[in-house]
Amino acid sequence: MTEATPRLSIFPLARERTFDPPDELTRRRAEAPLQRMMYGDGHEGWLATGYAESRAILADARFSSRPELMHSALPQRVELRRGPLPPGFFLQMDPPDHTRYRRLLTGQFTVRRMKQLEPRIHDITESRLDAMEREGAPADLVRSFALPIPSLVICEMLGVPYEDREKFQHDSSVILDLEASTDEITAARDDLLAYLGALVAAKRKDPGDDMLSGLTASGELTDAEIAGMGLLLLIAGHETTANMLGLGTFALLTNPRQLAVVRDDPGAVENAVEELLRYLSILHIGPTRTALEDVEIGGTLVRAGESVTLSLGAANRDPERFEGGDTLDVTRSAQGHLSFGHGIHQCLGQQLARVEMRIAYPALLRRFPGLRLAVPPEEVPMRATSAVYGVRRLPVLW
Amino acid sequence: MKIKADLERCVGAGMCALTLPQVFDQSEDDGTVEILDPEPPAELAAAVRRAVQLCPSGALSLDTTDAAESAEPIE
Repeated sequence: MTEATPRLSIFPLARERTFDPPDELTRRRAEAPLQRMMYGDGHEGWLATGYAESRAILADARFSSRPELMHSALPQRVELRRGPLPPGFFLQMDPPDHTRYRRLLTGQFTVRRMKQLEPRIHDITESRLDAMEREGAPADLVRSFALPIPSLVICEMLGVPYEDREKFQHDSSVILDLEASTDEITAARDDLLAYLGALVAAKRKDPGDDMLSGLTASGELTDAEIAGMGLLLLIAGHETTANMLGLGTFALLTNPRQLAVVRDDPGAVENAVEELLRYLSILHIGPTRTALEDVEIGGTLVRAGESVTLSLGAANRDPERFEGGDTLDVTRSAQGHLSFGHGIHQCLGQQLARVEMRIAYPALLRRFPGLRLAVPPEEVPMRATSAVYGVRRLPVLW
Repeated sequence: MKIKADLERCVGAGMCALTLPQVFDQSEDDGTVEILDPEPPAELAAAVRRAVQLCPSGALSLDTTDAAESAEPIE
C-alpha cells in the first residue's frame, strides 16, 4: 500500500464517546482496513480494523496465538508477552496443544448443557434482584447485579467457593489492567494460580460435582495444568459477562426506545443480546496474531514473523458488513459479529454468556420499570484502561 | 444438499446447534458437532448455509451436487 497517510504508532485506547471505538480506529478503517502499525517494542506490524480482514485472520491457521512469537501493540505490555505461559492456559496456544485442552472442556459448554442451566441462572438473577429491592435505591448495578450473577454461575460450575470472590475479582482486575506493571500482573497471576492449585489439590483428594473435580478425574492433567485452565475459565467466565451486563444496561438506559423493546418483547431478546455484543464489543484491544509464514489478506501481504492486532470494535462497526453499524438497533440481525472471536479460539463460554444475558437484561428491566441513572451519563466511571471495557460503577435509581 | 462435518477441525463452539437445532446438535462427550439430518429439506437450505458460514473452525461444508442449488447466494 502507499504511504499517503502517516503510520499509526501504538494502538489508540482513548474513546471520544462512551460507546464508540476510538475515532482514530474508525478513520483508519475507512483508509485501509489492514494497515501498518508501530508496536510498543518497535516492531513494524499491522492493525486490522475491517470485518472481512479480521475474520479471515482469525480463521487462518497460518496465524499463531503463541505469546513468545507475538509483539505487543502496547509499550507497557512488552515484557509480559515474553514471559512463560502458565501450563493449561490454552487461549494462547496453537494446535495440537490448544486442541488437547479445549476438547476436555467443550462437552461442558454445549448449547444443550447451557440450556439446562437456565433455571439455576434464573434463580440466581431473581435473588440478586430481591436483594437490590430490599436494600433500596440508589444502588451500584455493577456490585449488586452485573458482577455477582456471572461470578456465582462460574463459581458453581468450576467448584470455586464464592466466598473467595474478593481475591479472584481483585487479581483478575489487575491481570486485565492495561496500565499495571509487569511485576504487578505477574504477582496477581501467580497468586491466583497458587490459590487455584491448592483448590485443585484438595479436589483431587475429595472431589465434588464440579468442573475442576471432573478435570482431576480425567487422568490426563497435572494440578498445574488444571489451575491454568481454571485461571482462564474463572477470568473469562466472570469479567466478560459482568461487563456486558453493566455496559449493556448503561447503553439501554441512554437509548430508551431500545430498552423498551428488550423489556417488553420476549421474542426480541435473543437478537438484542447479539446486537449489544456487536455494538459494545467489550474487548478493548486485540486479539493479536503472528504470521507463521507469508500470508496474503485481501491483497495485502503479511510476512512471516509480523504481528497483526485486531480491533473487534472497529470490525463490528464496519459499514461493509453492518449498515449503520454505529447505531444500536436491537432489531437488526447482528449474527456474524466477532465479539466472541472467530476461528479455533472462538469463545468456549459463549453459549453460557448468551444464556446469562438473555435472562438477566429482561429480568432487571421488568423488575424495575423505572430504572434510571442516578448520575449524569458523563459521570459514570468507565474502565478506560482495562483489556475488558465496561463501567466501573453504574449508580442507578428506580 | 448434503452436510459434511470434519470432527478433527470442530472446536465445539456450538454456533451450528445454536442457529439450527433441528439439524445440528453437539456430542455430550466433547461438544463436537452431531448432524441430526445430513440431508435437510430444501426449505432449510438458506438456514443451513448460514450455519455453515457461521462455523468458526470451518468444520462444516456443503456438498451441493445440484448445480442450480449451488448457484444460490448465501444470504
